[in-house]
Order: sequence, then structure tokens, then C-alpha cells
Amino acid sequence: MTAIFERIGLTFIRVFEQTGLWFGAFADTFRWMFRRPFDGREWLRQMVRVGVDSIPVVVLTSMFTGMVLALQTFVGFRRVHAEQFVASVVSLAMLRELSPVLVGLMVTGRVGSSMAAEIGTMKVTEQIDALKALATEPVQYLFVPRVVAGIIMLPFLVILGDFLGIYGGYLVAVKLMRTNPVVYQQNTYQFLALNDVWSGLIKAAAFGLILTLTGCVRGYYTTGGAEGVGRATTNAVVSASLIILLSDFFLTKILF
Amino acid sequence: MAFIELRSLHKSFDSKQVLRDMSIDIDRGETVVIVGGSGTGKSVTLKHIIGLLKPDRGQVIVDDQDVTAMREMELNRFRRRFGMAFQEGALFDSMNVYENIAFPLRRHTKMKENEIRARVEECLEDVHLHGVEKKRPSELSGGMRRRVGFARAISLKPEILLFDEPTTGLDPVISDIIAELICEMDTKLGTTTVMITHDMKVAFKVADRVAMLYDGHIIEEGTPEDFQKSTNAIVQQFIEGRAEGPLTDID
Repeated sequence: MTAIFERIGLTFIRVFEQTGLWFGAFADTFRWMFRRPFDGREWLRQMVRVGVDSIPVVVLTSMFTGMVLALQTFVGFRRVHAEQFVASVVSLAMLRELSPVLVGLMVTGRVGSSMAAEIGTMKVTEQIDALKALATEPVQYLFVPRVVAGIIMLPFLVILGDFLGIYGGYLVAVKLMRTNPVVYQQNTYQFLALNDVWSGLIKAAAFGLILTLTGCVRGYYTTGGAEGVGRATTNAVVSASLIILLSDFFLTKILF
Repeated sequence: MAFIELRSLHKSFDSKQVLRDMSIDIDRGETVVIVGGSGTGKSVTLKHIIGLLKPDRGQVIVDDQDVTAMREMELNRFRRRFGMAFQEGALFDSMNVYENIAFPLRRHTKMKENEIRARVEECLEDVHLHGVEKKRPSELSGGMRRRVGFARAISLKPEILLFDEPTTGLDPVISDIIAELICEMDTKLGTTTVMITHDMKVAFKVADRVAMLYDGHIIEEGTPEDFQKSTNAIVQQFIEGRAEGPLTDID
């Protein structure tokens, strides 16, 4: 019985410890973001890595999500003769919820994990110590370009995801379900407000921050060689995905 | 007053006490080699000198400045006076050899690219390497990686050089070449050098003074000649590399 309480207690301590490390790194990253030297080349390299290199995965995910959403809602709405609302549901769902969350999760799997693995490997091979010995602050050199890239590039990926998701829905509704294309297009925009777009983009920037910072923090605190790097990579993906899903609720509550 | 002073350092990791009342003085321009078995705290000592670790108790004084009391910004400025060569080189594997050596120059100087190129070539010349600028660290042998690590360490023309086990895992011939190279760099650059190793041949070749770390503190120090004549049984066992003796009896 004592062992169970001990285990629960240790889990709580670990959660609080990890939360503390995350917020500590968050504060340090913003503190170092505005200090010289600014490594423009590294910032750009990370933007390409987070943004440009993630385009194929975002294209596929968003397009098929929009298509399947149209298909599902069409089947359901036909039962109550409300097929004309399919377009609005697809566009609202993509802009407000699906595009930011799915892009966030997909980029976490692709980029967050590789950041944790890269920084974790640097940690266990003393490259982080070498950075410090070369009078370079690791948070400034490693965290800042990655986090900046996440905050800037995720909204662009989400805009792309929004367009493709809505277009995917249009393709299914018009080509497969024989909906009138003009009516579908009208219904797509009819119930949209500017806030739907903005709130999705704000979410995207927040998710960009979460997934990159979590990847960096997990990598930076790696211990124990190759096994530790593997653990850090898995933890980065699991933690960032959970934080994205939890924060999604609170952000939605605040933003709408 | 000594140039580098480690005053009564204590350091523990979890429940394991690594350094206990560890003190040593190092004069300007001197080459001190700290020897000791695996896990005795040699690397920990070296990392204290450059401020990568903070002691639980005690002080590290370098050129009359207390390293242990420095804040991160101050420490970063201070570290530009150091060059540190790591055990496996610790080269940045996302960069090639040229970019590795140019890294500190790009970050801490206002040198133009042609000046950087000239300095990188000079550093590679100092470690007797040619034509490797475009190679990735993974394409280099162990000995070459260490030499590139040395070149990176000296690129900012440091006053103090720290070597963390520079010959571990290398064959005896390459170890000797590395030792020669360290002597050469020492003479040419006139730096204060601290090296840690458990390779006694290299230690005697390089050192002005050898110190032995055991049980968290220095138990013997002196010139290579005096050190070899030490009457301390632990020191003698370590020098001779014998399996039987006080070192292994305690284990």
C-alpha cells in the first residue's frame, strides 16, 4: 500500500518538475530571443525545416481530413435533409479546429521528435558542453531559432491546411455527392467570420511554440546515452501532443 | 597568487560525493596534468574550472576572478579566454570541419569571411591537418576528430587550454602524436594548460607538474620526475598499472 502512495507521489513530483523545467525554458527562451548575436542563417534554416519541409505532410493530412469530413457530414445531414450545411460545417471545422490541431500534431510527430533527438544526441556527445565552452548560450543558439520557427511557420502551414481542407470538402461534395458547386461555395463563406480565421492562426502559433519548445526541453534534459535519446524522442511527441490537446480546449474557451 | 586556484571544492551528484575538499593551484603558463582512475572526478574538476559545473562548496578562482560567483552572461564573456578540447572531440555533427572551427570566430569576432578562412587554415596547420575542411565529423578518424577539436579550441587564441582525456581510445602511436602536438601547441601559444588523463606516458611527456586525484582530492603532486619517485603506494600502483595494491584493495 505504501508503495502505491510512493509511486503516486513520485509521479506528481515528476509532473511538477517537468512543468517547472518547461516554464523555466519558456522564460529563458524569451529572455534570449532579443539578445545579440542574432543568427539569421540558423533562424532561416529552422524555418525551412519546420515550415517548408512539413508541406507534403500538411497537404495530405488536411486534404483528406476535409474530404472525409464532407463525406461523413453529408451522410449524416442527408438524414435530416440539411445537406446545404455541409459546406459551412467543413469550413468552420477546418478553420477553427481541425486544421490547427491536425497540423500541430503532424508537425509534432515530424519536427518535435527530430528536435528532441538532435538536441538529445548533442547532450550525450558533449556538444552542448562544447557550445557552452565556446561561450555560446545553448538556449540562445538551439532553442530560440527553433521556437521562433515554430511560432512563425505553423500559422502559414495552417493557412495552407485551411485552403486544402475546404477544397477537399468541395471536391467530395461536388464531384462525388453531386452538390451544386455555386451553392456549395456560397455556403462555405456564408457563415464565416474573420474571428474564425484569426483564432485558428493564434492557436497555430501557440501550438508551434508548444511543439518546438517541448522538443528542445526534452532533448536538452536527456540523460543516459542512446537509450536516453530514444526516450526523450518518444516523450517529446507524447508530451507535446498532450499539451496541444489540453491547451486547445482552453484556447478555444478564451478565443471564442 | 596562482593563476588558477581550486579552493576546497566539494561536489556531489545525488548521493555520490565526487569531489571532497579538492584543492590545487596552477601558475600562469604552467602545464598541469591531473591523473586518476575512471570515475574519480577528473572531468568534473575540469568542468568546474570553465564554469560548466558549480561546486556545492568551495571556490574556483581564475586570474583573481571568482568563477563560481559569475552569472551566465559574465561567464560567457569569461569563457572566451578558454579553449577546451573534449574527450571525443565533441564536434558539431551538423557542420563540417571548416564550420566547426569557424563557429567561435563567427560568433565572437567581427572578422570577415576571408579572415576567418585564413584563421581556420592557420589552426588546421597548427594541428597538422590538411584538406579536411569540407569533411563531416563522422568521416574523420578518432585522432583526426580530436585534432579538429584542438583546432576549434585554439581558434580564439585562448589564454587557458583545457584537455579532457585527449588520448583515450586511441592507439599508442596516435596517442604519442597527440601528446607531441599538445607540447607543440603549448610552446607555440604559451597558454596555461590543464589536462586530465589516465595515460601516464602522455602525462609525463606533456606535464610541467602531475597531480593525482583520488577519493575526491589531490593526494600527490610534483614534477614528472618527483611524481614517479613518489612513495605513495596508491600513486605507484597507478603509475605501474598493477592489478594488486591499495587502489584495488579498497574496491
